[in-house]
Amino acid sequence: MTTPEIPQRSWSQRWHVKAVGWTALLVALLMGSSKMTGVDVGMFFSNFDQFTNLLVRMSQPAWSYVPIIIQPLYETIQMAILGTTIGTVFAVPFAVLAASNLVHNRWLRGIIRLILDLVRTLPDLLLAAIFVAIFGIGSTAGVITLAIFSFGMISKLFYEVIETIDMGPLEAMESVGASKVTIIWYAVLPQIMNQFVSYFLYTLEINVRASTVLGYLGAGGIGVFLQRSLSEFDYNKTAVIILATLVVVMVIDGVSNHLRRVLL
Amino acid sequence: MDQQPIISFKNVNKIYNNGTVGLKDINFDIPRGEFLVVVGLSGAGKSTLLRTINRMHEISSGEITIENEPISDYKGQSLRLLRRKIGMIFQDFNLIKRSTVQRNVLSGRVSYYPTWKSVLNLFSAADKDRAIHALERVNLTEKLYTRADELSGGQQQRVAIARTLMQDPKVILADEPVASLDPLTTQTVMDILKRLNQEDGITVIVNLHSVALARQYADRIVGLRAGAVVYDKAIADVTEADLTKIYQTA
Ligand SMILES: Nc1ncnc2c1ncn2[C@@H]1O[C@H](COP(=O)(O)OP(=O)(O)OP(=O)(O)O)[C@@H](O)[C@H]1O
Ligand SMILES: [Mg+2]
Repeated sequence: MTTPEIPQRSWSQRWHVKAVGWTALLVALLMGSSKMTGVDVGMFFSNFDQFTNLLVRMSQPAWSYVPIIIQPLYETIQMAILGTTIGTVFAVPFAVLAASNLVHNRWLRGIIRLILDLVRTLPDLLLAAIFVAIFGIGSTAGVITLAIFSFGMISKLFYEVIETIDMGPLEAMESVGASKVTIIWYAVLPQIMNQFVSYFLYTLEINVRASTVLGYLGAGGIGVFLQRSLSEFDYNKTAVIILATLVVVMVIDGVSNHLRRVLL
Repeated sequence: MDQQPIISFKNVNKIYNNGTVGLKDINFDIPRGEFLVVVGLSGAGKSTLLRTINRMHEISSGEITIENEPISDYKGQSLRLLRRKIGMIFQDFNLIKRSTVQRNVLSGRVSYYPTWKSVLNLFSAADKDRAIHALERVNLTEKLYTRADELSGGQQQRVAIARTLMQDPKVILADEPVASLDPLTTQTVMDILKRLNQEDGITVIVNLHSVALARQYADRIVGLRAGAVVYDKAIADVTEADLTKIYQTA
């Protein structure tokens, strides 16, 4: 048997110049930015014993604390669901208008994307502080903050999904004489539904975690209790709160996996 | 056959934005009820020609009339009504894969409903019946509740034809409808198109690569090369030598 002629790889292909180059650049960037921002990795390791000390104190969760945090945890979940849902409702039309395969008007798309970029730039802590100032301490401020945060995140995730769909069914619906909304309903929605659901739940999960942090600013929910336990050095209570949050996140993850399988 | 042509091209030119010539000075009439096959090499402009008829592509100059009405001014609702009477079949079927056959077939009917009714799935009982009858015509009633992506290619193409029938079309455009099918399924699909042409009087325009198929089914063959009509004969006058010539390069 004669060996078939194999084309020669170029010099750069043979030595993987691209891959090596990108890795080197990335490492350089990492080192450069940690130097500039004054991050001292050494300090992280030299103060490691304090960290382990904290872990030891957290390793005996105060289980008696569980009944007390059920109510605020419940409030947190409600805040997260409400905020994510409101954000999503507004995100869907924006995502459609930002998708380059659905909207050919470059100006419209540009303006929509600019708005979305702007929304994503606003730090959620800043938003929470503003809304606490406006609505007072409580979950209203939290819900609005989470809604805006979800809006920014979901609209981007959604339009990127929309841009990957198969355009064939859209062409068919167009040829049938369907209106724009009908085309989107019939030909776009079924193609993106399961990814939408999983991104929705992913955002919900992030919001459950985020709302614990927002509680710091008085935006309601479990975060208020987290902050209290930390400031009182009650680390065994902190541990309970973290574990409870973990359970919620795991439940959402389970639901997400299940729904994705069902909707596929 | 009617004296008036159903579709008529007058000095039609199409130049794509990047300068490619899509169509060059196209002039011909299509009589009502004709089974027209368009042949030509890849890139000759067959798809372009077909898509100008339902305004999926805009022409650069000239005029296309359908039932004696120039179509270039249609917009919005009137454009949708034009498209409603022109069915289109695609090489890749273009079904909504995650939806059932029933929903796919019913989707061909949406132009008869206001948007909100289509969105809420409020099809009349008569139209649900119509969907079953459309599937009957393509011999697929038993797949009514099957998901489209669970069907074979030939079955998907038949569902696409059923979807088109829901429009109650006067014209069917088929862009290489059998290019991704095996020889046997090819015959089935072409037979269905021929039957719709003969029994319902639907004018059928099909793009084909295969000369043998063209000769078997066409009433008339139009050959394109580089966007221009280089051949146009009734099937009785077509010779083997003619067809070889269309497929010669240069
Ligand atoms: N959107 C477009 N923009 C620019 N040029 C295009 C576009 N679509 C098609 N063309 C060009 O127009 C010419 C005709 O294309 P068309 O798709 O009509 O050919 P075809 O006969 O259908 O070919 P095939 O048998 O491969 O489907 C080709 O040269 C093609 O490259
Ligand atoms: Mg083509």
